[in-house]
Amino acid sequence: MSSQVQIATRKGLFQLERNSDSWKIRRHDFPGENVSMVLHDSRDNTTYAALNHGHFGVKLHRSSDAGQNWEECAVPVYPEGAKKAPDPFTENAEPKPASLSEIWSLEPGGIDQPNRLWCGTIPGGLFRSDDRGSSWQLVDSLWDLPERLKWFGGGKDDPGIHSICVHPQNSRNIAVAISCGGVWVTEDDGTSWTCKADGLRAEYMPPDLAHDPNIQDAHRMVQSPTQPDHFWIQHHNGVFKTTDGAQSWQEVTGIQPSVFGFAVAVHPQRPETAWFVPGVKDECRIPVEGRFVIARTTDGGVTSEVLSNGLPGEHSYDIVYRHALDIDETGDCLAVGSTTGNFWITEDGGDSWQTVSTSLPPIYCVRFVKS
Amino acid sequence: MVRVVFTANLERHLSCPEESVSGTTVREALEAVFETQEKLRGYILDDQSRLRQHMVIFVDGQTIVDRVHLSDSISPESEIYVMQALSGG
Repeated sequence: MSSQVQIATRKGLFQLERNSDSWKIRRHDFPGENVSMVLHDSRDNTTYAALNHGHFGVKLHRSSDAGQNWEECAVPVYPEGAKKAPDPFTENAEPKPASLSEIWSLEPGGIDQPNRLWCGTIPGGLFRSDDRGSSWQLVDSLWDLPERLKWFGGGKDDPGIHSICVHPQNSRNIAVAISCGGVWVTEDDGTSWTCKADGLRAEYMPPDLAHDPNIQDAHRMVQSPTQPDHFWIQHHNGVFKTTDGAQSWQEVTGIQPSVFGFAVAVHPQRPETAWFVPGVKDECRIPVEGRFVIARTTDGGVTSEVLSNGLPGEHSYDIVYRHALDIDETGDCLAVGSTTGNFWITEDGGDSWQTVSTSLPPIYCVRFVKS
Repeated sequence: MVRVVFTANLERHLSCPEESVSGTTVREALEAVFETQEKLRGYILDDQSRLRQHMVIFVDGQTIVDRVHLSDSISPESEIYVMQALSGG
């Protein structure tokens, strides 16, 4: 069972440790700074923290000694002349220059690519590093696709890549999910890309565009580490899964009490088991009836259980962002952090939850330190 | 020589002492500073070398007009203050 968890928040990076039977905050780095993403790369025990300074831009720091010392490394930079897609809501809008506004996802490459990192950004560029973040290259093959110009922002002004799934047995096979730009897959390490979002459905579009794969708002996509043809998506207006490597997606309707949310976690060994954090709906982003609950399905989304033991039963207004739910390698331990700074952990798959803190800053990302 | 002063809040992230440089535009003056403090560039300018959205530059008490090319003229006696805009929080 994992004994360490990292939490990226609006006011710094927190590292927690399990001591005997309770979890305690061990470190607080970058106090007061907006940390949008954290990654612990178990291949070389490096921790990366992405900072988003309100005035001074996006920065990336790394530590090889569990946070005792940090060094600023490079950030992805959009090349000179790179342009965002024209604003779809402004007639005859000129495309604006592209500049990094947020590091929204950060993932290690495969074990056969020891220095490789992938970085998903707003406004929609995927970047690759082969030197642990000392330099970055825009993945032109995805950025230059004409379909990219149809992507648009979901909850942000510009589109962004929030999910990067590197196939656990074939690191040249990568799937990324975009708000709002569907799911794109490469099978040749990023040389070419195919949109694989058939079956997703967008309620926010006119009926004849609802099934357009390139405008789907996947809020979060996760891949089973042991059966990698299985993925789950928590979408803007529903929950979807695939069992054939994203060739086709099926909508599941059994998640209670709602199918709206941002986060999803999949069991590491049982791909039909997944967890969600439901909210009322897109126009009312609070827990249903003020009860903060986690939904768990064990049958691929046909049915679900509402887990509430140890969670606030009334007057909760917590929402859990897309990166703020994580599961450890055993599948027993899950951690969840909310927009109002509550942080909970379960060590029995969600049957019971312990409150670790009620006073953290707004939480953006929660990640167990995995071996 | 043109005097270039940076907001003290930048010191939290990297060293940026006051500099005296030559130049006839804001761009030239800043590039002269970046020659010795390259890391500072990314804190002041964005990916396309424009002034960051929530930064503001004053030349002799006036905010600059050209935030894209930084072509505002300066004189050898000018004072340039690189500050945070309160729009950024």
